[in-house]
Amino acid sequence: MVLLSLFPLYWSFVMATHDNSAIASPVPPLLPGGHLMANLTRMFDTVDFWAALRNSFLVAGIVSVANVLLSTMAGFAFALLRFPGRDKLFVAVVGSMLIPNQLGIIPMYLLVGALGWQDTLVAVIVPGMVSAYSVFWMRQVVREAISADLVDAARVDGCSPLRIYRHVVFPCLRPHAVVLAMLTFIASWNDFFWPLVVLDSNDTPTVQVALSRLAGGYFTDFSLLLTGVTMGTLPVVALFLLLAGRIVDGVSRGAINR
Amino acid sequence: MAGVTSRRLNGAVLLVAPFVLVFAVFGVFPLLYTAWMSVRRWHLIDGDHGFVGLANYARLFADPDFYHALGNTVCILVVATAVQMVLSLWLAVLLDRATRGRALWCSVALLPNVVPAVAVALIFAQLFGRDYGVVNWLLKLVGAGPVNWQAHSWSAYLGVAAMVVWRWTGYNALLCLAAMQTVPRELVEAAQLDGASRWRVFRSVTLPLIRPTVSFTLLMSVVGGLQVFTEPQLFDVAGLSGTGGNDRQFQTVVMYLYEQGFGRWDAGYAATVSWSLFLLCAAFGVVNAFVFRRPRSGAGP
Repeated sequence: MVLLSLFPLYWSFVMATHDNSAIASPVPPLLPGGHLMANLTRMFDTVDFWAALRNSFLVAGIVSVANVLLSTMAGFAFALLRFPGRDKLFVAVVGSMLIPNQLGIIPMYLLVGALGWQDTLVAVIVPGMVSAYSVFWMRQVVREAISADLVDAARVDGCSPLRIYRHVVFPCLRPHAVVLAMLTFIASWNDFFWPLVVLDSNDTPTVQVALSRLAGGYFTDFSLLLTGVTMGTLPVVALFLLLAGRIVDGVSRGAINR
Repeated sequence: MAGVTSRRLNGAVLLVAPFVLVFAVFGVFPLLYTAWMSVRRWHLIDGDHGFVGLANYARLFADPDFYHALGNTVCILVVATAVQMVLSLWLAVLLDRATRGRALWCSVALLPNVVPAVAVALIFAQLFGRDYGVVNWLLKLVGAGPVNWQAHSWSAYLGVAAMVVWRWTGYNALLCLAAMQTVPRELVEAAQLDGASRWRVFRSVTLPLIRPTVSFTLLMSVVGGLQVFTEPQLFDVAGLSGTGGNDRQFQTVVMYLYEQGFGRWDAGYAATVSWSLFLLCAAFGVVNAFVFRRPRSGAGP
């Protein structure tokens, strides 16, 4: 099982270290070869992979920070504050979690066009800043980690909800916020359908879209392609390994989405 | 007192407002607008050409390509979900028994889930390649002929299902494992004292108690499976037009949506495809809730 779950990643790396003649040999090479540098040079010559990496980092970075901020704020309000329509609104948020997220892609495309964001990174960033799952999860965390009495006491002392958020709630949520940020970063980095659609005529798209373009064409150069795949996977795998224990813990609570 | 209430209210509203605003514009609005577009003739570039009633739906129900895509999607989904459920329950049992290094095994199990779907699809496209793919090489070792995986429906289903299984089994196993660890040890031990086999304990004690989680995992995997796009889209690296092979042999519903909406710019019809997909998901959600209705005597998650 372990072998099965690691083999495709290992294989991608092995392919990235061979040239095409080795891949076409009768017995597939199972050990890394010496062509990694050559493949990398070739890849950076073929597509502007640096720009793609930079774009993906930019998008995933902004999306994860914004998503964490918006969802901790909203999660706190949904969990411990009172405002009109709170419960109905929350039901709507939870309900939307079960709706396929690709459903609204046609109106989204028109909307982004009307806003003049077509083919810009803004079109990928802004819709990614909110997620019902994040709000749902942060609301749970707030309920577990912060006592309502503490918030009430602060309020009686004349503290505004915004200040309570900044000085009490956010510091308490920080460890969870880090995990949420990581997961959002990974999800945003991996996103494909929406960037594919909205960055269609952009010369420097995100990594995933760049990889799909590298794959197109009459002849598929697998050593080049899997070099790109390895490079495009490395950042998220590294991020995952950094916090694997806590991410596993988060998933086990059933709080993380696909 | 009124002053305090309104100040409180303002603060709270200030905190939710940014989320609600973006969520309404980029989450709820496109969803509802899809339904609106599905009863209109709408060109993606030229814009709205007016109300056409249920014409798009009539076209959909008579569209062989749509049924074909739906059939492909359901076949991939059934294979992927069945294998995933069995493997993830089995993996969860193994993880549950592991006394040492469980955290490490859990991380290894979850790792495939963070790998981008694009990367998974391209790696598997190579593994399932006709000429130099590893799967065909292994088949040759046992004396079976090479399979042109992308050329037939059945073989492409297996290839795409393999990607989905690889990416999601570990994730689902962790959910099942978390549920299993809430099963009281005394119950398991009592059953074992009564002479029940491991399989019997799993089937009669553990499984009924983790039913809610199994049902949730099933729902998620079906809803995800109905939307599968990236894996089949990139399975045949030579053809990226969204048709899933020359004869649409592995085109899924979302690929068809992509083809209609962004290939032929028929936004109204693509919205109809979207909305139908939503109805399918909703229908499955209702069926799932009905089948897995928690029995009165059952324990909570």
